[in-house]
Amino acid sequence: MTKENQGILWEVFVQTKPGLPHKHCGSVHAPDKEMAIQNARDVYTRRSEGTSIWVVPAEAITASSPEDMGSFFEPANDKVYRHPTFYHVPEGVKYL
Amino acid sequence: METIKLQEIFDAKIEKGDTIEPKDWMPENYRKTLIRQISQHAHSEIVGMLPEGNWITRAPSLRRKMVLLAKVQDEGGHGLYLYSAAETMGISRDEMIDQLHSGKAKYSSIFNYPTLSWADIGAIGWLVDGAAIMNQVMLQRTSYGPYARAMVRICKEESFHQRQGYEIMTVLAKGTPEQKELAQDALNRFWWPSLMMLGPTDKESPNTEQSVKWKIKRETNDEVRQKFVDRTVPQADILGLKIPDKDLKWNEAKNGYDFGEANWEEFFNVVKGNGPCNKERLSARVKAHENGAWVREAAAAYAARESKRGNNGN
Ligand SMILES: [Fe+2]
Ligand SMILES: [Fe+2]
Repeated sequence: MTKENQGILWEVFVQTKPGLPHKHCGSVHAPDKEMAIQNARDVYTRRSEGTSIWVVPAEAITASSPEDMGSFFEPANDKVYRHPTFYHVPEGVKYL
Repeated sequence: METIKLQEIFDAKIEKGDTIEPKDWMPENYRKTLIRQISQHAHSEIVGMLPEGNWITRAPSLRRKMVLLAKVQDEGGHGLYLYSAAETMGISRDEMIDQLHSGKAKYSSIFNYPTLSWADIGAIGWLVDGAAIMNQVMLQRTSYGPYARAMVRICKEESFHQRQGYEIMTVLAKGTPEQKELAQDALNRFWWPSLMMLGPTDKESPNTEQSVKWKIKRETNDEVRQKFVDRTVPQADILGLKIPDKDLKWNEAKNGYDFGEANWEEFFNVVKGNGPCNKERLSARVKAHENGAWVREAAAAYAARESKRGNNGN
């Protein structure tokens, strides 16, 4: 099957409330960005789930590869000192 | 990485209850099974718009018409979520649509039954959406991430579908004797097809075992069917309607209902394409797709022209 007449594939990110990050919620097909954002509104925010929508051509997204997941994220594994729980603080100290 | 190692990683994820994501390695058959299941699920949502669409112009009040429009629009949305999920497995939207139109892909048997009266719209919301919900609630925990996430969205939207159907049934069942008769008649016609839409018995579905192992399915067809019957019978009682099954009986020991055997010959016949509305449904889909061709072409031409002009259409 070579023909593809559904337009480009766009990934859809919706912000559910002002101040919150945009979250991936699915994808739509559309020939251009205006239709992509209208389609995304109709498909993903029929119950006012959104205050803002981003659409991104799926092609433009680069993702880490799952096979390398272990080694890719490994550098963070031995750095427990990046978490507050690593530090000893005398009992009774407040606001720290 | 060699296949044996990849298979081990995959098995470990399934065992642990982690989701499989689009770029993860997966066995070819897992991919095939899911492409088939998700695309058929998507087709069912889309074809499922037809029997109800049949009553939009004849809904008995503006309120009912508004509600039915919103429901049918939701079903279209469900189809789109699911097509998106299937596409992440490497099949194109066009290919799936071709498979539906050529008859190669199936959709739920239930949508090949006609909607003869307004009461059927009530019965569909109550029973058909009700049965679909049982299945979809289970699939929220299916092992393939994009499918599971689509199900979470769908389940949120489904609850109004079933309630609006039950509301229609309530009004009819408490109305004039003629209205009550319409409601009973709709229940009579939709009861067995609703039980059958949950799929053949466990004995007759050889793929279930593998699907359960892969955690695509978390429960077998018969388990989901039992749950559906147990929940629905008391709802029929409240309506004062009678489930058309002479073998239906409460079984204290299993804490559930015993119920009769569906007409599986009819089921397989409908699946094969010989139901009352198979031809009508498919030709309506093909016609809608063909009649929309000029819109897709015009939109593509516009996008091409705009991007040539530097308006960066994409
Ligand atoms: Fe649906
Ligand atoms: Fe529904």
